[in-house]
Amino acid sequence: MPIIFAFIAGLLMSVGIAYSHMIDPNKVLGFLTLNTNWDPSLILVMAAALAVYSCGYWLFIGKGKPVFAQSFSLPTKTTLDKPLLIGALLFGAGWGLAGYCPGPALAALSSGSHGTLAFIIAMITGWFISRKLAI
Amino acid sequence: MENFTPVEALIGGAMIGLGALILLVFYGRIAGISGITSSALFTREGRSWRLAFLAGIVAGPLLVAAIITDYSYSTPQLSWQVIVAGLLVGVGTGWGSGCTSGHGICGVSRLSPRSITATVLFMLSGMLVATLLS
Repeated sequence: MPIIFAFIAGLLMSVGIAYSHMIDPNKVLGFLTLNTNWDPSLILVMAAALAVYSCGYWLFIGKGKPVFAQSFSLPTKTTLDKPLLIGALLFGAGWGLAGYCPGPALAALSSGSHGTLAFIIAMITGWFISRKLAI
Repeated sequence: MENFTPVEALIGGAMIGLGALILLVFYGRIAGISGITSSALFTREGRSWRLAFLAGIVAGPLLVAAIITDYSYSTPQLSWQVIVAGLLVGVGTGWGSGCTSGHGICGVSRLSPRSITATVLFMLSGMLVATLLS
């Protein structure tokens, strides 16, 4: 399976994160912090991403299979269980605390910032804990 | 709303959507950055395409900086706050099976009830914490 298109996919997403300034925690906190200086930019990033992805998804999904795979590997779960609800709330709390979600933090790795690096190491530790400790 | 950058937001957002769509069309996969990264680190199967995707994520800002010469962005100072935030984001996206990309963009587009619920919850929780701390 050629992996070059996975690189291009990651690159495009990251260029989008960087160009929209969502890579900047202060920009994201400007959206999450509700005050007179509120910055709605993040809503437009999400809206544009949703518009492009949903059009492509609904056009493509009924037609055959992926180029390099026998079938789609899509989540099939539909129940709103405890790990989903608690996990989303905890993730949001961390997001509001630092202004980083996983994509922008990983994209900022090349900045060499110690704060970014510490966030990434802590996030990886968190993933490890979530895999070992089921709720 | 003096910091509002609608043009960059729309162009950047469209690129994020297009990148996620490429992963779906070529590999049939959801472009969830938390899931792809943690699986690349903790599982052996399917590691090569996940590492290639991650390499693209890391390379993105370097490409932007090469094209836009005065491009820069801020990064956080090293602090306990950043470490606690990273732990919460890791544990939360691990248990919650996704983050802003996997749930917020791919899942909401697919009209997944789990993703729509998760996105509403992490948006509200993020706003609550950021607003209380400001």
